[in-house]
Amino acid sequence: MALLQIARLSKSYDNETKVLKDISFSVKAGEFVSIIGPSGAGKSTLLRCVNQMVPISSGEVIFDNAPVTQLKKRALRQLRTNIGMVFQHYNLVPRLTVIENVLHGRLGYKTTLQGIMSRFTEKEKEQAFYLLRKLGIEEHAYKRCDQLSGGQQQRVGIARALIQGPKLVLCDEPIASLDPNSSKIIMDHLKSITSELGITCLVNLHQVEVAQQYSDRIIGLNQGEVVFDGTNYQLTEEKTNRIYGTEMRELITV
Amino acid sequence: MSEKVMQKRKWQMTIALIIIIAITYLSAAITKFNFIDGLVAFPEAIGWMFSNLLITQESLEKLPTILDKLVETIFMSIAATTTAAVVSIFLGIMGSKTTSINGFLSTFARFIASVSRNIPVVAWALILLLSFGQNSLTGYLALFVGTVGFLTRAFIESIDEASHSAVEALTATGATYFHIVNKAVIPQSLPQMISWILFMIETNIRSATLVGILTGTGIGYTFDMYYKSMNYNVVALVTFSIVIAVIIIELMSNYIRKVIM
Repeated sequence: MALLQIARLSKSYDNETKVLKDISFSVKAGEFVSIIGPSGAGKSTLLRCVNQMVPISSGEVIFDNAPVTQLKKRALRQLRTNIGMVFQHYNLVPRLTVIENVLHGRLGYKTTLQGIMSRFTEKEKEQAFYLLRKLGIEEHAYKRCDQLSGGQQQRVGIARALIQGPKLVLCDEPIASLDPNSSKIIMDHLKSITSELGITCLVNLHQVEVAQQYSDRIIGLNQGEVVFDGTNYQLTEEKTNRIYGTEMRELITV
Repeated sequence: MSEKVMQKRKWQMTIALIIIIAITYLSAAITKFNFIDGLVAFPEAIGWMFSNLLITQESLEKLPTILDKLVETIFMSIAATTTAAVVSIFLGIMGSKTTSINGFLSTFARFIASVSRNIPVVAWALILLLSFGQNSLTGYLALFVGTVGFLTRAFIESIDEASHSAVEALTATGATYFHIVNKAVIPQSLPQMISWILFMIETNIRSATLVGILTGTGIGYTFDMYYKSMNYNVVALVTFSIVIAVIIIELMSNYIRKVIM
């Protein structure tokens, strides 16, 4: 049984231009799937349709046997606790400490009062430190996030997603604002989420090479349509050109 | 850039300058304001200021009462600003696009902010004077209303600017609305908000003097009283103490800003 099923999904922001057109695919539990495509292809929107950060126009999204599109408030929040999210610009609260930001990942499991009073259990705190240690930033736990480098901040973002105990992690261009060195560290960590913890990953990427190196499966998106869906070795030069458009591709490689 | 374009720029500048001079001359002519007369009167006015607005030994005797009134005014400004800040935080959260609950409340908050901001504090003082009479409550309310308008506007912008991305992230974790406001919006925009509150306290101490003249309270009343009885030495002392107080408050708030940012 697939963990995530997307069927005939369409999305338009202004009722005229469709950002996503009739998209269908499913993701099995434990898969590492990359979504590649040029800017404006609808990658970010597609990712946000999965956890209803943007309402979809038509079609269906089924996550863990629950129809995401029909869920309202409370049920939707409950569903979101099972889906972690990592952002291009990290989306941390920069003025708060690393550990505070990581613990934000547990808010979905708290009542309003518990959350406001920061009533986190010892187990949750231990888990937070365990994750920071695993990601190699334990010594920064009490530093403010705005004092960290981009790569370190992104690792805080990953820790925040993982402490949710998610079944799926959505990554929206996690390495687009990072240098090659930090990018490699982040991608290695994301890969280990799937290989070690068995958590499914759906990653938006710019770089074809990175996608080919890390993913089990690649989905190519162009102008809101799926133009490729297959394993990394099925992605030939010709098919890459189809995703990016030939001219674009030449621009990148030169 | 080609030479022709440069030439064109020069011409545009010259024409703009000529237009400004023409407008200035025209407005002066319409209002019958004479520049030469104004300039001639200047040295005399300065001379009058220096000879009459002197702080003398005699006027210094009034210092305790003046300081008493000054402290009253400062505290009233602080009270008006802080209470207005509490109201403004709620209006700001409702009015901000990032945190608004629904369109109606958002428009409502922005409307209140707009109305109270666009009527000047002096006008508020005069309007409230009619309904509340001449007492310190009127002065307080005038400052309060003006401050709510300004701070709500400032808070809306602080919230929008500071916390959009973090709000998105916390929403994605399944946090509730109050979690998000409490854990992301407030921590991130609080320094900016405090900075605005300090700015407003400074502004209100200045406005309080003017409002005091109108409503007959605080240091403004003291100023008005001595001014009308032509005791200019004391007027000078009052003015001087206001200036000193404002400078001290400004230095203090600058220091606080540096620490919290």
